[in-house]
Amino acid sequence: MQSNNVIIVDQVIKKFGKNQKAGLWTQIRKRFGRSGIDGAKANQSKPSKNGKKKEVLAVNKVSFEVGNNEVFGVLGPNGSGKSTLIRLLATLLLPDEGKITIMGFDPETHPMQVQEKINRVSVEASFFKKLSPMENLIYGARLYGKGGKETREEIVKILTRLGLEKNNIYRPMEEMSRGMQQKVAIARALLSKPEILLLDEPTTGLDPVSKREVQAVIRELVENDGTTILLTTHDMFEADILCNRVAIMHKGKIIALDTPEELKKTVSSGNGKETTLEDVFIHLTGDKLREHAE
Amino acid sequence: MSTAMKNIQASYAFMERNANLVKRYWAWEIVWLVYSIANSLSVSFIGLGMEALSGAEANVNGRYLVLYLVIGTLVWRYLTTIFYWITEVISIERWEGTIEYTLMAPINRAVHMAGQTIFAVVYGLFFTGVIMAVTVMIFDVDLTNANLMGALLMLISGSLSFIGISIMFSVLPLLFPERGAQMTHIVVAVLMLVSGVYYPIEVLPDFLQAISVISPATYVLDGVRLAILEGASTNTLWPYVWPVLLMGIVAIPIGLKVFGLAEKYAKRTGKLARNG
Repeated sequence: MQSNNVIIVDQVIKKFGKNQKAGLWTQIRKRFGRSGIDGAKANQSKPSKNGKKKEVLAVNKVSFEVGNNEVFGVLGPNGSGKSTLIRLLATLLLPDEGKITIMGFDPETHPMQVQEKINRVSVEASFFKKLSPMENLIYGARLYGKGGKETREEIVKILTRLGLEKNNIYRPMEEMSRGMQQKVAIARALLSKPEILLLDEPTTGLDPVSKREVQAVIRELVENDGTTILLTTHDMFEADILCNRVAIMHKGKIIALDTPEELKKTVSSGNGKETTLEDVFIHLTGDKLREHAE
Repeated sequence: MSTAMKNIQASYAFMERNANLVKRYWAWEIVWLVYSIANSLSVSFIGLGMEALSGAEANVNGRYLVLYLVIGTLVWRYLTTIFYWITEVISIERWEGTIEYTLMAPINRAVHMAGQTIFAVVYGLFFTGVIMAVTVMIFDVDLTNANLMGALLMLISGSLSFIGISIMFSVLPLLFPERGAQMTHIVVAVLMLVSGVYYPIEVLPDFLQAISVISPATYVLDGVRLAILEGASTNTLWPYVWPVLLMGIVAIPIGLKVFGLAEKYAKRTGKLARNG
């Protein structure tokens, strides 16, 4: 089973912000009883009295494995560490502690070997706004060693498959809706034919039809191309129908990890209806909701 | 596909992308060109102004002064065009929000910089050529005795050292997302001060003259002036060519190393994420 895992995340920690305990000035202030450190709130980004941000523990001892050709979902409230986790896997961040292995390579020591095998779609469709989808995608494709007439034809094929009209392919990105831009972002990732695709809320902001088109593409990638997918989403139904297994993150930690069916068995909907993944999510992460209710 | 072909393809990605950006931002390019021409002309008119202010008895050669200043403005425009295209390698992408996609692509940073640099040199030569054509036409400059090929060789040789310096300072926007791009202007201002863009470096105080020795622009300006004002042969430009070549050979690998370290630091501290 271990050898079949294409992503291995082992006790990974990622912190942001200034570690005030290490600062000389903070030590001096502490000695004179003026330290801004608040250990109980160390994972919050609230500024301290001197205006500097405190240390934020974005990912806290996270461990999991993703098998080959698996769709692995990561769910969590805003700020739970999902996007940081994706950036760590995408070689855009380096872990402070722990180890990540992607298809046998450490992203820190062998970034290019990892980068050849992965691609990522983030929640914000980031493009050169004045350039057209074709110009943006041909740029992206060339970075992965592709180009020429065949690639241009492939771009048209992928974009039309995703529901983008042909006349939009040569218009500046800034003239397009967010949904259309998101489809171009997905096309950019597909062009490099990644073995592992990191999808960070890929359907956020899409209309229901576009959402289904994207979900169909994800299924095709898994079934036809054998792609492994790591998906973060706020759409519980999407996670339920697409993911083989789901991890729920909260405050930087994984607090539950199982198949959607097994997770649903752990919680009662409380209203007599069948338990949904949303019930599980709210049960596990809804402490704020409870605090407000109290 | 071989690694070499992949690298060529990746380098070309940056050239083609930048060409597309120039094409799409054509209105801005025209504004910038008009600004640069006006700037070049206004500085060059100082030459004629000096002649008029000094009076006939002072025997100031206004035409010589104009050409001296024209060379200063053109060389400086060319070198700073290269500098800004390279130092903006990060800030443009941070502004557009594409930085993470470019930096997670499986390409060597030298390949990345090569693409950006080749475009910068071609763009710089074209841009400067247009300004030169307009300036020469307006001032009716006589270039019949000028060694233009020697001047071009001097410019291209000087590009190498400026490329190295630019790569080194392109880390500023990477390390300081909010103000890094503005910090690069300080580098340009200091180089302009010490390199004798509009005056011979002999008029500078001793400590600034000492700094001018390590500025590649000093040699480029001296070499180009010698080639155009004195019509010096290409062979005689060698004392100005070799120092800038040497500076380039040293500065480019150092620049790439510095960029690599800064990139790692940015990945460690989470400074790659977009702003703006």
